Amino acid sequence: MRIGVVTFPGSLDDRDAQRAIRLAGAEPVALWHGDHDLHGVDALVLPGGFSYGDYLRCGAIASLSPIMTEVIDAAKKGMPVLGICNGFQMLAEAHLVDGGLIRNDGGTFIRRDQKLRVENTSTDWTGGFTPGQEITIPLKNGEGAFMASAETLARLEGEGQVVFRYLETNPNGSLNDIAGVSNARGNVVGLMPHPEHAVEPGFGPDTAAAMRSGVDGLAFFTSVIERTLVGA
Amino acid sequence: MPTIVVEVMPKAELLDPQGKAVAGALGRLGKTQFTGVRVGKRFELTVDGPADDAILAEVQVIADEILSNSVIEDVISVHFAGVDGFGPSANADFATGNVTLDTDVLEAK
Repeated sequence: MRIGVVTFPGSLDDRDAQRAIRLAGAEPVALWHGDHDLHGVDALVLPGGFSYGDYLRCGAIASLSPIMTEVIDAAKKGMPVLGICNGFQMLAEAHLVDGGLIRNDGGTFIRRDQKLRVENTSTDWTGGFTPGQEITIPLKNGEGAFMASAETLARLEGEGQVVFRYLETNPNGSLNDIAGVSNARGNVVGLMPHPEHAVEPGFGPDTAAAMRSGVDGLAFFTSVIERTLVGA
Repeated sequence: MPTIVVEVMPKAELLDPQGKAVAGALGRLGKTQFTGVRVGKRFELTVDGPADDAILAEVQVIADEILSNSVIEDVISVHFAGVDGFGPSANADFATGNVTLDTDVLEAK
């Protein structure tokens, strides 16, 4: 399986996402924002970072990139797409998922290992989790507060499109403690925390067992591989 | 060259952490008469072409679709630079189709 990772001007975590894909057992394919070519990949990751310096709005200018024409088309046809942090902001700006992200309510950039609950295990990126599973992966952003109108929020909750919820603390003022959402079909998932930073012992969050041993992020990538094998 | 101004503000019902931080600073300086600050954006688009209704309408579309995100922001105003919203012509200043500089200002000069 080949999973594309799109690099935008100002992307930061594209290499980590590629590494996570490799560790999960798939082949990462580097894609460039200025191209109109997905190189035949089976799934896509929009990585974290600060594309275009967060000018205009986070992810806004990147969501208008040449390659986004193909990304949006593929997403609407059912290709699995994962947006992480700045990638989530791009998905929201491109209207591939509902809602929007604004500055953290405390006004500060937050970097912490964040506990989440997996609320929906039927998406393309969460099939490897158990319903209600609690995971810990890094969170690091300045504008991660999830906002949506009351009607949109009710629909997301009612349709099971809230995929991840912050546990123990709401770090940024997100409505309903929402950390990540999916589209109606479940192939497009966006979240603010970073699964690609918790895929290898020695480099992940601390666990009760050992320092930096957390690898809860790996299941995002193994899930999509499994899903594609089953679907093929 | 005509300049078109677009003003965008965070939605009133959403928390504005930038405004909150500025309001906090004013409070610390003893400027206690100000009960709130909200921070928005002003865009100035310079146009190579006539200042007419058509270009204003096009900027309105750009304002709605690119310069703002309707989930979190509102477009407050799209107007030609020069109008001020004051004086006898105030009502006409921000009306779609006002393609002149502010008449009150011009008269005062």
